[in-house]
Amino acid sequence: MIEMQDVWKTYANGTHALQGVSVKIDRNEFVYIVGPSGAGKSTFMKLMYREEVPTKGQISINGFNIGKLKPRKIPYVRRNIGVVFQDFRLLPKMTAFENVAFAMEVIEAPKRHIKKRVMEVLDLVGLRSKANREPSQLSGGEQQRIAIARAIVNNPSVIIADEPTGNLDPETSWGIMQLLDEINFRGTTIVMATHNRDIVNTMRKRVIAIERGQIVRDQMRGEYGYEF
Amino acid sequence: MNFSTLLRHLREGFKNVFRNGWMSVASVMSIIVSLFILGVFMLLVLNVNSMANQVDSQVEISTFLELNVDENLRSVIGEEISAMPEVSEIRIVPKDVGLKEFRDRLGENADNVLGGFDVDNNPLPDTIEVKVIEPETVNFVAQKIEELNEKHAEKPIMKVNYGKETVDVLFKFTKLVRNIGFIFVGGLGLMSMFLISNTIRVTILARRREIGIMKLVGATNTFIRWPFFIEGALIGLIGSIITVAVLFFGYSQLMSTIGQDVFMQMLNLIPLSEIWPLMGTLLIGLGVLVGILGSTLSIRKSLKV
Repeated sequence: MIEMQDVWKTYANGTHALQGVSVKIDRNEFVYIVGPSGAGKSTFMKLMYREEVPTKGQISINGFNIGKLKPRKIPYVRRNIGVVFQDFRLLPKMTAFENVAFAMEVIEAPKRHIKKRVMEVLDLVGLRSKANREPSQLSGGEQQRIAIARAIVNNPSVIIADEPTGNLDPETSWGIMQLLDEINFRGTTIVMATHNRDIVNTMRKRVIAIERGQIVRDQMRGEYGYEF
Repeated sequence: MNFSTLLRHLREGFKNVFRNGWMSVASVMSIIVSLFILGVFMLLVLNVNSMANQVDSQVEISTFLELNVDENLRSVIGEEISAMPEVSEIRIVPKDVGLKEFRDRLGENADNVLGGFDVDNNPLPDTIEVKVIEPETVNFVAQKIEELNEKHAEKPIMKVNYGKETVDVLFKFTKLVRNIGFIFVGGLGLMSMFLISNTIRVTILARRREIGIMKLVGATNTFIRWPFFIEGALIGLIGSIITVAVLFFGYSQLMSTIGQDVFMQMLNLIPLSEIWPLMGTLLIGLGVLVGILGSTLSIRKSLKV
């Protein structure tokens, strides 16, 4: 369902972020992307949600070549991809409910439908009771749960999570991982970049290691493989 | 776009105005300041214009006939003058009527000045008062009237008078005031648009993050633009309504102050009811337009995420 063929990415400043990456991720997989800082993980993630376009090569999601997408069509592709970040990226002056509902308003879902569905996902992430709080009134873990709720509210086929536990303490991180595992179990493909050794080594999934812009390791039920 | 999306955009646009608190106040203020200056100038230009027009319409050519011209010849000349295409109307003032009007004009002093003169002993010539359609043509028409003398053996026209110097100076002055006024109004319009788009750009810079998130969850550019569009329109509307209210209150105060002063009454300001529809519509329309332009122009850059 996600397929990269000989993808190269060179930035304007001459950095070769990715050099000939080919990979195939199937429906319903859970994949960790690991590797040292600056090895190309972030670029790899950004290419998948079309924040960046490849310099060379092809990326397709559900059969759509998103590298060649017309700008006008980008929004429609993004609706099928949920994105979660290390810094949550919630809108500060909106309540938890509004932040999640926002993703549905954007695709012009009917209002009745929005209310029902938002409460449903807030239930799933365990924050139904805090629906009316603003991000500043929530803990880091709770904010990330809201961000995840926003990512899944439109039933995307893929979740791209760029270090979702990077800002969280270990205990909270486990809560987030269980949530992502649950979402994966319900049928959503998850691609997650991480630096968290414990998580990768404990919750065993497919591990793809990127170094110097190339895939150096791709294991089913793999290990983190780095000291840090 | 469906109805609930439209409602959402409206709601968001309104909310944004309040969410951005002081920046909205700043935007509204900059609209008020520029529109106010613009409005004051418009009032000035409109009034100078109307005064100039009044003066224009008062410009007339007095054609004095020789004393020996009889009634027949008088009306022949009158017809010849009204046949000129530049002339709008003429009034023949026989010397009796002229004397009576002169007396009326002088009022109490009439007997001092005109003592001893009456219908039988009348020093005034018959006069034909000529009004022209375009005030700028008085010069030319006056000349044409003088040339009528050539057609008649009696040389019936004594003198043609139109206050040459006064009229010329007046035309130059009103033209100057109008032109300067229009240049000012145009320049201020541009300046206020620049001010507002800058203010809104600042609020949008602060909201790049928000726009980035909107794009990430799959919002189209049109969708993102709408609330900003409404916000800009609303800011423009609020600002321009305040401006219009202040301007009209001030103008009506000015009118009533002037109304009490005999000397100032000569200024003859345009009544509020005549200015209101044009000015109100224009200023509010301009405010809304400038608000919308400002917000949509300044969002363009942020959309390329």
